[in-house]
Amino acid sequence: MSYKRKDLLGTIDLSTDEILYFLDAAKEFKNLNLQDIKKIDYLRGKTTINAFYENSTRTRTSFEIAAKRLGADTINFSSSNSSVNKGETLIDTMNNMAAMKSDIIVLRHPSSGAAKLASKHTDASIVNAGDGMNEHPSQALLDLFTLREFGKSLDSNTTVAIVGDIARSRVARSDAWAMNTLGMNVKIFAPTMMMPKNAEVFNAHICKNMEEACEGSDVIIMLRIQLERGDGDVSFPSSREYSKFFGLNKKRIALANKNAIVLHPGPINRGVELNSDVADGEHSVILNQVESGVAMRMAILNTLIKNRG
Amino acid sequence: MKIAIQNGTIVNNNEKFKANVLIEGDRIVKITSDEIEADVKIDASGKFIMPGLIDMHVHFRDPGYEYKDDIISGSQAAVAGGVTTCLCMANTNPVNDNASITREMIRKARECGLIDLMPIAAISKGLGGKELVEMGDLIEAGAVAFSDDGLPVSSSSVMRAALEYSKMFGSFCISHSEDCSLCRQGVMHEGKVSAILGLKGMAREKEEIAVSRDMLLAKLTNAHIHIAHVSSEYSLKIIEMGRKEGINITCEVTPHHFSFSDDDILQNAYDANFKMSPPLREISDIKAIREALKSGLVDVIATDHAPHHNDEKIVEFDRAPFGIIGLQTLVPLTLKLVKEGVISLERMVELTSANAAKMLNLKDKGRIAEGMLADIAVIDPDIEYIYDEKINRSKSINSPLFGKNLKGAAVVTIKSGKIVYKFGE
Ligand SMILES: [Zn+2]
Repeated sequence: MSYKRKDLLGTIDLSTDEILYFLDAAKEFKNLNLQDIKKIDYLRGKTTINAFYENSTRTRTSFEIAAKRLGADTINFSSSNSSVNKGETLIDTMNNMAAMKSDIIVLRHPSSGAAKLASKHTDASIVNAGDGMNEHPSQALLDLFTLREFGKSLDSNTTVAIVGDIARSRVARSDAWAMNTLGMNVKIFAPTMMMPKNAEVFNAHICKNMEEACEGSDVIIMLRIQLERGDGDVSFPSSREYSKFFGLNKKRIALANKNAIVLHPGPINRGVELNSDVADGEHSVILNQVESGVAMRMAILNTLIKNRG
Repeated sequence: MKIAIQNGTIVNNNEKFKANVLIEGDRIVKITSDEIEADVKIDASGKFIMPGLIDMHVHFRDPGYEYKDDIISGSQAAVAGGVTTCLCMANTNPVNDNASITREMIRKARECGLIDLMPIAAISKGLGGKELVEMGDLIEAGAVAFSDDGLPVSSSSVMRAALEYSKMFGSFCISHSEDCSLCRQGVMHEGKVSAILGLKGMAREKEEIAVSRDMLLAKLTNAHIHIAHVSSEYSLKIIEMGRKEGINITCEVTPHHFSFSDDDILQNAYDANFKMSPPLREISDIKAIREALKSGLVDVIATDHAPHHNDEKIVEFDRAPFGIIGLQTLVPLTLKLVKEGVISLERMVELTSANAAKMLNLKDKGRIAEGMLADIAVIDPDIEYIYDEKINRSKSINSPLFGKNLKGAAVVTIKSGKIVYKFGE
């Protein structure tokens, strides 16, 4: 079991073996992160660049810590002060970074497909850290890692509910593709305007309300909601309304299976998609996700470096 | 000078027969089974002699965006595709909304001398959707129809007035049917594939709503509306209904809409050469379009030749402009329909020249017959080649077929009695 490719672009075409390989690899790094001295020199002399065309302190920091713990030199590049504003194309920017002999480019970009485009046109290894509404594979892998850590089997014995803005969520896509491959039971739920047309592609049961989403679930993944959207879509009436019909609270989680866990890719809108009684409650594994995120990203960076030979 | 085309099969919209064609000056002077003497002889054995194709929908980007294509490179691409008459859309810079631009476009094309360029003028000044252009003046200058293609006319009142006024001059309006209030920044067809790829979708209904509106306005005004690039099954149903009711509505489809589906975007990993507006739809829509090509509901095949520079297309899918080039892939893609038994050769001629000639009232085009203008495409249905830099005449290469193997092409193109293109030369 291993992963042999140049890039990590998404989970849609990952095999079960490839997924499990990353989960195993991350386990070793998680142990390392629990040591006093958290550094190892697997990536000494290597350079990774975090190219973030979209703000995300959380994901960027996670990748940065991961690279540094592996001994890599890591550079952050963000679009607000970058050449993007001067009209340079994504391919040009990627090629410039590759020309500076960077080994891995961690790319966050507002356009779906940007990571694929970058990978096709550069020699550097690309890690997709979120492209538009498409995929966020490291998040899905760390979600699965967290599930496993809390005793959930990654097969048809586990039922996962994904709730929130399914249409625009790259986390939902990456989670759903990987869970499909593993044969897990997936349920999805969203207010209709946040559900894509032809949602059957997710191969998931589409729920009619929060109660149905929670009932019988072992895992509930709540997505971050952005109520105001500048993309021409009709915005949601209010956060009050959202919380009332689509938010997760203690009463609803009581419908889920015993030992159910709640995940969220962060940052949370408290009182909107997640009530504080859940976010800080016994079912929440959100901080564990964050912790495991570093280990998973170490596993990804280390694997891609090994594949570069 | 006399040119003879020998041993080929003449194809018209209602007939197909073997004969020799004699051209003298700019006319077809004789069609005969006898040997003919001529200065130049073209052997058309195994080939079809069709009327020069009339493409009712092209963008030559001239004036304003000549780096994508200009009237010269556009004309060259046209004749290399067997096309001898092109209707150019008005979304140039400046916009073709006044007679001097129209005249200049025609002048430049005449000077180049490869095709007849017939400008489609804008409906509204500056494509602003508010004030009508001087339609009478534009018609006098040589414009043949009106369209704000690319930017739909959102006001029903403006569209109504455009239909009423263009009718006064014996002309018509072409609808780029899109209800933009339903756009939501969509970049592809809204369906399974957009759900998988996480790209913003455009619902079919965005087109169907606009087709319905413009058809109803044609009913109101008794004017002729031509629907450009129909892409959805239900649009065709609406048009069929209107026809039955006696509304003066015609329509065109593009080769890309009957050849590709949104699934190609999935298979080709966000390649922006599959990005066009209206977007590639689903297999069910392709089937409906093919059915409508067969049944006679579709009047015209037009390319919507829309060149964009490579630099503009090798970018993130949502940032790329809409549109692909099409003049040189029109013949192979349409012949494929013939080979697949969807349409006959005669119907191909009807769709690619005869109907457009009729619609535009071009009495000496669209038919291979004595006395007609010698606009001729000699088409080899079996020739195989790679559509690459050597073949391409456009300045742009934004085609999903670029670099691919194609079968069938115009091997000799004659415009007004002059050989303007020979394959491989
Ligand atoms: Zn158009």
